[in-house]
Amino acid sequence: MDRETIVKQINDFLIEELEIEPDLIKEDARLKEDLHIDSLDFIDIAVIVERQFKIKIQPTEMKDVKLLSQFYDYVYNKLK
Amino acid sequence: MRRVVITGMGICSCLGKNLEEVKQSLYVGKSGIGIDEARIAYGYRSPLTGIVERPMLKGLLDRRSRVCLPEQGEYAYMATAEALKNAAVDMDYLDKNEVGILYGNDSTAKPAIEAHMLTLETKDTTLQGSGAIFQSMNSTVTMNLSTIFKLKGINMTISAACASSSHAIGLGLMFIREGLQDMIICGGAQEVNYLSMSSFDAISAFSTRVDNPTSASRPFDRFRDGLVPSGGAATVILEEYEHAVKRGAPIIAEVVGYGFSSNGANISQPSDVGSEIAMQRALNDAGITPENVDYVNAHATSTLQGDAFEAMALDRLFGNCKPPISSTKSMTGHECWMAGASEVVYSNLMMLHSFIAPNINFEEPDEYSRNLNIVKKTMDKKIDCYLSNSFGFGGTNSALVVKKWL
Repeated sequence: MDRETIVKQINDFLIEELEIEPDLIKEDARLKEDLHIDSLDFIDIAVIVERQFKIKIQPTEMKDVKLLSQFYDYVYNKLK
Repeated sequence: MRRVVITGMGICSCLGKNLEEVKQSLYVGKSGIGIDEARIAYGYRSPLTGIVERPMLKGLLDRRSRVCLPEQGEYAYMATAEALKNAAVDMDYLDKNEVGILYGNDSTAKPAIEAHMLTLETKDTTLQGSGAIFQSMNSTVTMNLSTIFKLKGINMTISAACASSSHAIGLGLMFIREGLQDMIICGGAQEVNYLSMSSFDAISAFSTRVDNPTSASRPFDRFRDGLVPSGGAATVILEEYEHAVKRGAPIIAEVVGYGFSSNGANISQPSDVGSEIAMQRALNDAGITPENVDYVNAHATSTLQGDAFEAMALDRLFGNCKPPISSTKSMTGHECWMAGASEVVYSNLMMLHSFIAPNINFEEPDEYSRNLNIVKKTMDKKIDCYLSNSFGFGGTNSALVVKKWL
């Protein structure tokens, strides 16, 4: 799956499921500070990613993921 | 002694989504009972249930709040929002003052079972998501509402079977009387889904009059054959009288008596002695005699034993004055954990609008109920004081006495 497709799918569920304002969704958006995604939201994101992309997010691997772009890359690299 | 008044109330039940709808249903004696097809497919002996409309919370609550709320929590949110609005309490007030919550709830089966089924299938607990834990703990309603409404006072769930929310109001009365709190959100919630009630069905607790659902719940009637499960949520705002006056709050009624007892006997069988002790204690607490009671909202659930034992106790206590008695469960079914609070709301509506809602389906008394003054048809009558009974498995009994605010 190419990165563009992954970005679109992630953005779609952030808007639909997490109810994040579309205007806030940018590559350099900070997950916590800008998108207000907290630790419980990360659980739900992990569920959606596992269902949608058939990959399992490991909490330890997520500790350095601070920006939305890094999250796109994380999923992209897991799918490679 | 500090006096405790009700300054707001709200309801979400099979009789309506708000106070106005419920008042109309009570007045015309409308039943909220129907058939749940899912129960037939699941293997229930009886598919009868109260039919409660699920509220649409998108747009009212943010995603995090919605994800953590179980079904009965949704009803409780709606009932509490209505009660707070009627009590003239807004979010700014809740943020700046110490308000508590004591709410009755004694199951949250659906989220627990669904989470289990999912994990059984996937072998992966992560897929339960973030909401399952907060939906599946028994304190789910108080943990959710205290977060949503930013409550900073006493915060706990009362679990006492079908007397849960009556005790919640009784304990709220005590907290405020003792000077520990000035305002407490009290109430009860009950889930309405096929996963939550199958164990009741297993012990043949339910009526099987499926050919005519609205006639199935018939408290005190000779031909009753069991209760009909139901649910929703009901909330009352309890407040110390001077505190209510100071902020110019509307006062609906005064809670003047709380009585309790435990039968110390059979786990499922009620007791006339235990229920009489609770009622007498409530009257003593209120400083009144049976002659002062204008209406009794009976616990009577339409079970053979329960109604008979309550009728015996009512006859002993009220035999000389015979106040009008009705069980609103004839219309609502048994709202279980919610029933104590909902029946206070129903009785408050009757008291405010000077009528007694009928005990529908009461056609022929049995040897016990023939001694009572049971209201068959809606009665236009001024009520200044009522008694409301709630009894539960394990022999837990609660009775409340409420007076009209004059």
